[in-house]
Amino acid sequence: MSATATGWSIRRRLFLQLAAIAALLSVVLFLVVRALAETAAEDTQDDILAASATSIADALRAEDGAITLDMPYSALSMLGTINEDRVFYRVVVDGETLTGYEDLPAPEERPTISTNSFSTFDYRGDEVRMVTVARVVSAGGQPSDVLISVAQTRLGLAAITQRISAIATAAGIGFFVVATALWLWAAQSALKPLERMTGSVTRRGPGDLRPLEANAPDELVPFVDALNNFISRLRASLQRSEDLIAEAAHRVRTPLATVRAKAEVTHRKLNKPEHRQTMREMIRAIDESSRSAGQLLDHAMVTFRTDNLSEEAVDLREIVTETCARLSPAAGLKDVDIRCVTPDEAPDFRGDWLLLQSALQNILDNAIKYSPEDRAIAVRMDVADDIRLSVTDQGRGFGDADVEALKGRFARGGNAEDIVGSGLGLTIADEVVRAHGGRLEIASNENGEGACVSLIFPRP
Amino acid sequence: MRFADFSATLVACLLALAGPARAFEVEEEVYYAAPDEASVLRILSTADRAAFEPIVLAFQQENPSVSVDYTIAGTRDVMKAVAEEGAVFDLVISSAMDLQTKLANDGFGHGYRSAATDALPDWARWRDQLYAFTQEPVVLILSDAAFADGEGPTTRDELIALLRDEPDRFRGKVGTYDVRSSGFGYLMATQDARVSENIWRLLEVMGRLDARLYCCSGDMLRDIRSGELAVAYNVLGSYASAQQKELGGFQIVQMNDFANVMLRTVLISARAENLDDAETMVDFLVTLGRRPDVVAASGLPAIDDAALRDDVALRPIRLGPGLLVFLDKLKRRTFLKNWEASITQE
Repeated sequence: MSATATGWSIRRRLFLQLAAIAALLSVVLFLVVRALAETAAEDTQDDILAASATSIADALRAEDGAITLDMPYSALSMLGTINEDRVFYRVVVDGETLTGYEDLPAPEERPTISTNSFSTFDYRGDEVRMVTVARVVSAGGQPSDVLISVAQTRLGLAAITQRISAIATAAGIGFFVVATALWLWAAQSALKPLERMTGSVTRRGPGDLRPLEANAPDELVPFVDALNNFISRLRASLQRSEDLIAEAAHRVRTPLATVRAKAEVTHRKLNKPEHRQTMREMIRAIDESSRSAGQLLDHAMVTFRTDNLSEEAVDLREIVTETCARLSPAAGLKDVDIRCVTPDEAPDFRGDWLLLQSALQNILDNAIKYSPEDRAIAVRMDVADDIRLSVTDQGRGFGDADVEALKGRFARGGNAEDIVGSGLGLTIADEVVRAHGGRLEIASNENGEGACVSLIFPRP
Repeated sequence: MRFADFSATLVACLLALAGPARAFEVEEEVYYAAPDEASVLRILSTADRAAFEPIVLAFQQENPSVSVDYTIAGTRDVMKAVAEEGAVFDLVISSAMDLQTKLANDGFGHGYRSAATDALPDWARWRDQLYAFTQEPVVLILSDAAFADGEGPTTRDELIALLRDEPDRFRGKVGTYDVRSSGFGYLMATQDARVSENIWRLLEVMGRLDARLYCCSGDMLRDIRSGELAVAYNVLGSYASAQQKELGGFQIVQMNDFANVMLRTVLISARAENLDDAETMVDFLVTLGRRPDVVAASGLPAIDDAALRDDVALRPIRLGPGLLVFLDKLKRRTFLKNWEASITQE
């Protein structure tokens, strides 16, 4: 079962929100830069205009009882130094124009001696900025109010503003791009631990119920704890059911042995052939039950021991020889001959003796069970790039069953209904081999008769 | 001369015949009809016909469908015509940089930019409305009769010392512009005053020598050649060079302390009716430097940034609002009063 994708992604949501914030900040940056720069440019123009008007005001003087003006060259030339804007001026004495542009309007706000007045309006087809400076000049004993206005068009200012806007736009866009890229990277790296955990969980084998790694970021610790808690409960639950099965098998096996012994005795005492026949079938059924219980016990042991695999040095040849020897009597009952072949030299191998023996025994047991009478079973040990223990019988093989599925618990071949079995033999072998880092290989023989099951271990 | 090709269609007439509608005084109006006339370019100019005709003819060679109506007037009349009387012309050409600046400043100009105008040095244009197309130094003229070759002052200090030391030799034989009547003379005198206080000493010395006052460079040169004048101060160098080549009789001295350089400027009128041809003409004028033949024929030196860089004494008069200062009526009144006090010794 997999979680359904709802189109809801932390990364996308993070990215979109951060991109929106970046866009907002870019616009703010643009507006702030432009406003500051425009103010600075306007202040510069105002300062120069004020300087110009002041220098004119300073050149005012009284001559023959009248006010006159010897305008300094710099008064207007200074206005031409930073841009090529049009310049207008007007000097008004007691309401009468002394000199300059007579149609230049009076300032909206009357300046005082200490404060200049600034105004912006349209004049002769362009927007102009005007400063007006007030002075009192005494001529012929009479004080006169003098207003000196200097105005300049704002085309240079507009050009500066345009240039600044372009720079501010570039800065805004640059900020947006950089911030978005950084935030994309930040979102990516923030989600990395999540991906790492997902990966480590995904790569786990089916039996791996170890707790998750501890080095999770603080924000994920509760989640990891919850998950680990869940895993440990699952583990405990699995353990309980394994224990239950083992306990049940153990409890069943001992009484079964007693029942079998009684049945043997009864069998011998019976005289009627049909009663003896019935008793033989009973004994066989008891044997199978006992076998199944044994296998369940084996499996429980395998599950327990693979969790805590011992790493002792093992001579695989001994296991092969001993297993062959142990099962030879059972095989002999069916007139099946076990041919055991081992190499002269033992390869280095470390593992769990009991488990390995149990695995091989289960395979060989299966082979004997499915082998027709009066046939041979070959048990070979080959050492090449890897170590291969193979059991080849001449039985019915696995037909067209899915050999991978056969490794599952209680799975049995499609052609095995007539033979009693638990379906645990291959599972046990498979788990043991994988616990040793190897694999179980199941193949039907090429001529269609029998099968070959191999336990393959890597060489250390 | 190609001029002959056009002579059949060339009409020259004095303004007296042109009707009473115009209040400004026109010196001469010349109509250069194009062989296949499609449009007429109307120019109001202060440059006399001899100087500007080669330029018009060269322009018509490149633009054979444009007839040129060339009206000549004095600097103040040009100003009056455009600023006060609303006369309709496409181009306004004048040597009075201050008046041209005022026209552009007061909104009588039409903005225009092209690759040609952008190629001009910064000092040769203002507001993308006013374009300089000649640079003409203002010079001192010494008559051959009064000065032997190589002799003569080369700075204003030397000139002042010479005039002071030998008053009898120069009495009544010193000439300069009457700045009260000549806009060009006023511009040069104010620029002199702006650069150096020496000018007032020079004017006083000239005043003590009963300096003669002139309306134009041409008259001064005439009297120099005739021997009536020994020294003429602030003569337009381009006219002097042209006359020297043809007639001789004087030497041209470019002052070593400083020499003002007058820029002849062209402005597209805000009332222009033929903008296309006006703009073509502006491009033609500001690139005159590529036509040495036309420059030689007209005697009007083209804009040459390198020449100004090489000679530090040359000071091109700066276009811009500074020129408006001396047009201020109080400033002008004050300046003229000082000037009169110096030169007339009253």
